[in-house]
Amino acid sequence: MSEVRVLVGTRKGAFILTSDGKRQNWQVSGPHFAGWEIYHLKGSPVDPKRIYASQSSGWFGQLLQRSDDGGKTWNTPGGEKLPKPGEFPTGTSNKFVYDTSAETGKPLTTHQWYDGTQHPWEFKRVWHLEPSLTDPDTVYAGVEDAALFRTTDGAHTWHEVSGLRGHGTGPKWQPGAGGLCLHTIILDKSNPQRIVIAISAAGSFRTDDGGKTWRPINKGLHSPYIPDPNAEIGHCVHHVAMNPSRPNVLFMQKHWDVMRSDNAGDSWHEVSGNLPTDFGFAIDVHAHEPDTVYVVPIKSDGEHFVMDGKLRVYRSRSGGNEWEPLTKGLPQRDCYVNILRDAMAVDSLDKCGIYFGTTGGQVYCSADAGDNWAPIVRDLPAVLSVEVQAIP
Amino acid sequence: MIRVVLPPHLRGLAKVSGEVELEIAGPVTQRSVVDALEARYPVLCGTIRDHVTQTRRPFLRFFACGEDLSHEQPDAPLPAAVASGAEPLLIVGAIAGG
Repeated sequence: MSEVRVLVGTRKGAFILTSDGKRQNWQVSGPHFAGWEIYHLKGSPVDPKRIYASQSSGWFGQLLQRSDDGGKTWNTPGGEKLPKPGEFPTGTSNKFVYDTSAETGKPLTTHQWYDGTQHPWEFKRVWHLEPSLTDPDTVYAGVEDAALFRTTDGAHTWHEVSGLRGHGTGPKWQPGAGGLCLHTIILDKSNPQRIVIAISAAGSFRTDDGGKTWRPINKGLHSPYIPDPNAEIGHCVHHVAMNPSRPNVLFMQKHWDVMRSDNAGDSWHEVSGNLPTDFGFAIDVHAHEPDTVYVVPIKSDGEHFVMDGKLRVYRSRSGGNEWEPLTKGLPQRDCYVNILRDAMAVDSLDKCGIYFGTTGGQVYCSADAGDNWAPIVRDLPAVLSVEVQAIP
Repeated sequence: MIRVVLPPHLRGLAKVSGEVELEIAGPVTQRSVVDALEARYPVLCGTIRDHVTQTRRPFLRFFACGEDLSHEQPDAPLPAAVASGAEPLLIVGAIAGG
């Protein structure tokens, strides 16, 4: 019988929810790192006991936590042991320094500020951690102000993948309401040299050479609220999802619009179809059916809650355009929560489990691909992220 | 012996309760105290002062002997009562809701 482990990041700590493969009875562990913002936790696909967590605070900055036992115990790599006499302290797992070396060939110094002026890059926090598909010690981190970092030593040290900021469009990147954040990192198991990332509000970018060179992949996006609605840069991409069995097909929840690409982002077309509103944050793809997609429509950019007081997940079984509301077990009156961009996940069991967390502190699970839902927990702090591990 | 009071979040991070006591050779300043703190508790690196700029995080303040020392120079001597251990150096997080 498989074990399912749901990793939940919240405004005030992390929680780990575990169940057997039936996904009916859950144990709740936490809060871990009580009082700290946990933007994201994610386990290594190679070693599921290895979990990385982004812990941050407006007062004390960024910390990186790592567990080697499935979340029972944690340490800050390099910060867990007292140095020997005469040794300089390490504590570098939370050190994210932008690369300004001559090798990049670019002065990676400023991006566009809210008022259109140029503003220095300033590290604030790690939004997303994406462990390597092949090495438990290698992890990518998407940070604010937007950049991609990588560790190859289990999070002891981090180095910028500087080709992303250095490819030339960086000065046009502008923060969205949540900050200039790199929030999506997609690795492709069929092509280790390919990485897709997304930044709010700059757009999506892809490398096909392991991070050395990058290019924007935003053709087909249309954002009428920016000076040039069809610009190469400046779109507020909220999240991108992919089914690993079909890596050239990407689904995107943009600020407004649900989009699809059939060529790894080279071009996009809208698949919002009959959604009641195509604003939203979270999007994910069924683990076994690459044309089955899930979104949670949010009323508008000014009203970040579900429509009509009803919490409805929408599912398309046709790769977009035709959507059906999924409501069984979800509140259908007086509900005004939001579901943030990293707060939806799918497991790899059969039937596929779908999970999402809300800003009201609920984490819901559907053990049958969305047909029926039940809360795992109802009263956590606001949920920032949800990931799931299915452990044989 | 220098006495330092950390804010609760950092006490949890460093796995200490109550005051921290530090031996400091040489002048007792904000910089030498934070250096000694980071040497004893590497997990605190980057949490009191920025890794790169080495400046105090904006939502943290240094108090001692009823005075706000936050804007003193990092290498300015701390009050004699702190240097002697009679009074602790308080590292205080700004009070804010949420």
